[in-house]
Amino acid sequence: MEKAVTKKTLVRKLSGFVPLYLMMIPGLLYLFINNYLPMTGLVVAFKNYNARKGIFGSDFVGFKNFEYLFKTSDGWVITRNTILYNFAFIVINTVLAVIVAILLSELTSKVRTRFYQSIILLPFLISSVIVSYLVFAFLSAENGFLNNTILAALGIEPVAWYNEPKYWPFILIIVSAWKSVGYSCIIYLATIIGIDRGYYEAAELEGAGKLKQIWYITLPLLKPVIILLTMLALGRIFYSDFGLFYQVPQNQGALYPTTNTIDTYVYRGLLQLGNISMSAAAGLYQSVVGFILVMGSNLLVRRLDKDSAIF
Amino acid sequence: MSKETKVFQFTAHCIMTILSVLALIPIVLLAVSSFTDNDYLLKNGYSFFPGKLSTGAYTYLLQEGEAIARAYGISFFVTIAGTVLSIIITTLLSYPLARADLPGRNVFSFFVFFTLLFNGGLVPTYLMYTGVFGIKNSIWALIIPGLLLNAYNVLLVRSYFVTGVPTEILEAARIDGASEFATFRRIALPMAKPIVATIALFVGIAYWNDWNNGYIYLTTRTDLFSIQNLLNRMIQNIQFLTSNSAASNNIQEGLAKIPSATVRMAIAVTGILPIVIVYPFIQSNFVKGITLGGVKG
Repeated sequence: MEKAVTKKTLVRKLSGFVPLYLMMIPGLLYLFINNYLPMTGLVVAFKNYNARKGIFGSDFVGFKNFEYLFKTSDGWVITRNTILYNFAFIVINTVLAVIVAILLSELTSKVRTRFYQSIILLPFLISSVIVSYLVFAFLSAENGFLNNTILAALGIEPVAWYNEPKYWPFILIIVSAWKSVGYSCIIYLATIIGIDRGYYEAAELEGAGKLKQIWYITLPLLKPVIILLTMLALGRIFYSDFGLFYQVPQNQGALYPTTNTIDTYVYRGLLQLGNISMSAAAGLYQSVVGFILVMGSNLLVRRLDKDSAIF
Repeated sequence: MSKETKVFQFTAHCIMTILSVLALIPIVLLAVSSFTDNDYLLKNGYSFFPGKLSTGAYTYLLQEGEAIARAYGISFFVTIAGTVLSIIITTLLSYPLARADLPGRNVFSFFVFFTLLFNGGLVPTYLMYTGVFGIKNSIWALIIPGLLLNAYNVLLVRSYFVTGVPTEILEAARIDGASEFATFRRIALPMAKPIVATIALFVGIAYWNDWNNGYIYLTTRTDLFSIQNLLNRMIQNIQFLTSNSAASNNIQEGLAKIPSATVRMAIAVTGILPIVIVYPFIQSNFVKGITLGGVKG
């Protein structure tokens, strides 16, 4: 008797939530299709994919695809490129973003602060296809601004930029900084603005100049945020900005040694070379190592500052 | 103002001015190039101060611009439809997740959250969408894969509902006899306007700038190309033509009629233009959105 009553109230209680569950259906369904279903498709990495047999019908080959990926130099090159580029981006973009944020916060004219901020943020909104056009205007071998104007003025022979892999680490680092410093300085700026002005007033009374104030007040108070954002970025070090690495070097084969990352490798394997199993193997390698790194960095962040951890 | 402060202010302004110029320079070069005479450009290269200006590229675009107008239309359609759909789905999912009393709330939250940690990646996603859902070469390819719903946005909106929409107000509405859906639509959603606006902005820009989906899924239906896809095809095609020009004089001749170098830049300008036009209006909201998202990862 008692059981029946609780069951009835449970049903009544749940039925009140039916509209809420219904509201969630489109979103949950989308995540199921867009994110969860493809996870099952990861088995392709262990198969010799055959379009006729489909994902689940293709022959199982175990770790052959992975073996092959690392037997050729491909696996190492793409891992090295992905990690080194991300590492360079983290260091350089963070240093620049912190400097810009400090400068912006110290300017007394708020109108001009906003003006500068708007301008350096603008590149962030431009698609990587258009960024590739902008870079092309500078680097095109025949018509580029660098070859025709700068190098010509200096009396240096024109450079075939799109055939010379050795220049691309610098080019990509510059493009990445151009695109993202305006974005990443915003969080630092918000933190600096939140600092109690009393610290600075006290320092001024003690006779500390601007540079001393920055060194002894702003930077130490900014440190936790810098560490935090760096940790989170390190967690994503196995993923690269596909648009940057694919569009900006314009998919030039000569540049692969210094521009190929895991993401571009997976893409080319799938759509240009038709090597679906290898491509899937590289993708799974990225997903798994990426997952471990995200978890690891989050664990560290949690230790430092519980509220800032993603979970 | 002390002397040191003055020197500091001056130096800071100088550095920021230089950085602002550096940020704008590539865009200026693009714009100036699009207004340069094509022959002059081919001879002297892209330049900030071309000897000969011309609107030839734009007249060419206006005359032969059917494909471009079409791509523009597709881009606008996809951006608006995608953003509206995305906002509907995102808020509908976030609202119940914000309700502390919802049975199974943690399970659903984890279901959403886990997609941020692990994903199948490009290959299985591509195989599913093309093989199972047949999305290839349809307009859905530009709207659905990847962009429609982002777990991160769901979590942002959810926390806004939790902190910004008091439970008492929702309770009161329900006591007055409003249904769950009416409470959501008439009370919770209007109160969440700031976060909805911010997310719409980010989603909208992502749709406008997306070239990836079209590049992957539109293999034969080039008539569905967005402006980004068109631009992408143009840079490849002209390159292809010039690299093979020695082999074929016909291509050389055909190419000579198009102000190819400047037209390319002119289309890129039209691709940036909508962003530059709306930028002053969205800028402050955009900055707010970054701060909001940045503090938490």
